[in-house]
Amino acid sequence: MRSYVVRRLLLFIPALLGASMLIFVLMRLVPGDIAEILVYQTGSETSGVQQRQIQQIRRELGLNEPVVVQYLSWVAGAVRGDFGKSYTQRRPVWDIVRERFPRSMELAILTLALALVWAIPLGVISAVYRNSPLDYLARIASLSGLSLPLFVTGALILYGLVRLFHWIPPLEFVPFSENPVENLKQLIWPALAQAFYISAPIARLTRSQMLEVIRQDYVRTARAKGLTERAVVYRHALRNSLLPVVTFVGWWGGRLLGGLVIMEIIFVVPGMGTALVQAVSQRDYPTVQAMVFLMALVFLLVNLLVDLVYVWLDPRIHYA
Amino acid sequence: MREVSRLVRRQPLGAAGGIIVLALVAVAVLAPRLAWHGPKEAGFAPYLPPSAEFPMGTDQVGRDVMSRVIWGARLSLYVGLVSVLFGITAGSLWGAVTAYLGGAADTGSQRVVDAVMALPPIILALALMAALGQSVNNVIIALVVLLTPTAARTIRSVALGVVASPYMEAARAVGASRWRIICRHLIPNCLAAYIVLITTNVSYAIVVEASLSFIGAGAPPDEPSWGGMLTAGIQALETAPWMILFPGLAISLAVFGLNLFGDSIRDVTDPRLRGGLG
Repeated sequence: MRSYVVRRLLLFIPALLGASMLIFVLMRLVPGDIAEILVYQTGSETSGVQQRQIQQIRRELGLNEPVVVQYLSWVAGAVRGDFGKSYTQRRPVWDIVRERFPRSMELAILTLALALVWAIPLGVISAVYRNSPLDYLARIASLSGLSLPLFVTGALILYGLVRLFHWIPPLEFVPFSENPVENLKQLIWPALAQAFYISAPIARLTRSQMLEVIRQDYVRTARAKGLTERAVVYRHALRNSLLPVVTFVGWWGGRLLGGLVIMEIIFVVPGMGTALVQAVSQRDYPTVQAMVFLMALVFLLVNLLVDLVYVWLDPRIHYA
Repeated sequence: MREVSRLVRRQPLGAAGGIIVLALVAVAVLAPRLAWHGPKEAGFAPYLPPSAEFPMGTDQVGRDVMSRVIWGARLSLYVGLVSVLFGITAGSLWGAVTAYLGGAADTGSQRVVDAVMALPPIILALALMAALGQSVNNVIIALVVLLTPTAARTIRSVALGVVASPYMEAARAVGASRWRIICRHLIPNCLAAYIVLITTNVSYAIVVEASLSFIGAGAPPDEPSWGGMLTAGIQALETAPWMILFPGLAISLAVFGLNLFGDSIRDVTDPRLRGGLG
């Protein structure tokens, strides 16, 4: 078991190196760098003075070094936990991440919680009352969830709120610790929209797994020994059908941090996603690199965690 | 004809999806005849509500929303089909060949796939678009980069099974060349999985294109992308709700049809092949 975890952790290294290198090179290919943006913002026409300013900024930020050297010095910093300074906000990238990460995390957790609370019962009901009107209703609900792109759901929720209640969610972010009500007033809507989307595949998977498990001998045994239907469904059938659901939810959970960007934009949540979009357009390389690195790391960690939870859920699985 | 009626009975949802897909294709192909105005033709009064002249109203610069929704079908389908065809084909060949070669080629290529898949797809696409510049064809390139590694991973696992099968050993035993084994035995046996990947990923590609355009990083704003139309609509939520309702409806219907169709193709070809990008 321990050697398995160590081997998996070792595989993180090429994945993270490759991913960060890819983003690094891509950002260098973007036309126009921060020096040009900073200088041209202030003046309108190109002059010799501006050219000299641009060169000076590039020298200060190390942008005139060869890309390989820049990358290696970034890696050298990153392994020591130093992700450099943001070009535009003039403060350590780590401070920005520390400020933004908890917000996106909160939104992600809220989303997953809502999705699970809604999707798993939906899948169970669908399976237990198979082919009943209830089942069809549940299946249509989940199919439509799959077909509505995130930005459509988000836009419709916003429109619904404006139209029915003449109210838009707060545009100013308030931390949960300061004012939970005000915080949830803003975050509940993007979480609902995103949860509606994710819940569709979860409900479908739960349903098909339940249908599979309900036919097993041990479920018949459980019924035969006189257990209540409730105990049969929840303790025997559901527990055994959740395994693939866990993988799927884990995969989605790991992706969520980067996938929330659309919701953050629509509902003006100052999280990781909005910061990233902004940083890309401002050519703020250090911020982009640090955030993408963190998202990749979270994705890999969550995937590993899911595989370990597997062992706990199903003792038959054994990693050597 | 008998085949068709059997398909309808066996897969009613798939058949319904097929009809929606056919309608989508028809609208895309006939767009120049169906649309009353050009996709970029402006100059009418802005924010006109739906009327007989503009059944879906006009947008912020006075373009006919219905015409743009119709032209949008062409753009979506073009991006979806071309990117999936190139991305899935390249990834499938890559996955099949590295699975066959095994050893360092296989391990090395899997590490590359790991690296690309560790990045959030929409963020990777965003960075690609920033580097390439905004245009419809660059959206396709970004999508190809997104789709290739996923296809490589899926087809690799299928191909590993094929490589280990007795008929491959038999082919080797009779002295078939490496090229012949790959072309005559390996690739045909991965074809079912390939077709499933194609049909299930068109809707994914369409959604990613629309999402990118929605963020403002996809097709240029004057292109009739359903995603881009929604961005403009959100700015005018109270005054011109038709600007989000109709493009939103169009993309949802298209994705719904493609999903139904793709699902039933998957069930018909091989029920074990669940997974992919979903």
